[in-house]
Amino acid sequence: MSDVKKFLYVNRKAPYGTIYALESLEVVLIGAAFEQDVALAFLDDGVFQLTKSQETDGIGVKNFSPTFRALGDYDVTRLYVERESLEERGLTEDDLQEIMYEDEDDDWAEKPSIRVISRAEMADVMAEQDVILSF
Amino acid sequence: MKIGVLVSEGPYTHQAVDSAYNFVKAALAAGHEVPRVFFYHDGVNVSTRLSVPPQDERNIQENWTSLAKEHGVDLVVCIAAAQRRGILDKNEAERQGKDADNIAEGFRISGLGQLIEMGIQTDRLVTFGD
Repeated sequence: MSDVKKFLYVNRKAPYGTIYALESLEVVLIGAAFEQDVALAFLDDGVFQLTKSQETDGIGVKNFSPTFRALGDYDVTRLYVERESLEERGLTEDDLQEIMYEDEDDDWAEKPSIRVISRAEMADVMAEQDVILSF
Repeated sequence: MKIGVLVSEGPYTHQAVDSAYNFVKAALAAGHEVPRVFFYHDGVNVSTRLSVPPQDERNIQENWTSLAKEHGVDLVVCIAAAQRRGILDKNEAERQGKDADNIAEGFRISGLGQLIEMGIQTDRLVTFGD
């Protein structure tokens, strides 16, 4: 078995209301230090985690959505978002915040981290993984 | 096979902790290795030694403590999740200026890196949660 495994963090829950989304992101940030092959998946209500213009003052909890924009600095550059989950919730890619990373293999060109894929493609992504952590 | 287990729901509220316990016992009985169980989210609440369930109910914490003693399973409680929920060991209680600790025997508090390491070092990582 090779030392580098493919880790996929699956985010299925809305950003607020429960702590799963926040504590999932904490695992991703800590896990980045282990230099594994890391990707994130957003499906079901998890797609709300990436929406732009989140405003949480009214519910008295921290808005942690800006942290997603820092993931590129942790070499987490693939955020798979399920198209059907967006559509079922009346969302489009335009409702999501812009998250970019610098591609070190392409002269540090800025590229989008979010990749909207179909439910069938999401199944393929999952099938490729060694470790799936679902939150 | 080497199996790592993640528990991500709390005791008594949710069956995940019980299912994980039964799974680990069955896996060990079948000859598999379960080097570590990692408790996250409300799963950390399993590790308080101050829970006092009714006598005719299972005692979830004591079951896990026994399992750790008998089989040497490393029961790791996430420190960040534990601190939010009031689970402290002696060192953390002192460091945070709290007047008591409550972690049960057989459990230890450590970082999320232990979860990632478990994912790297085991053949399968099995999650019990919602």
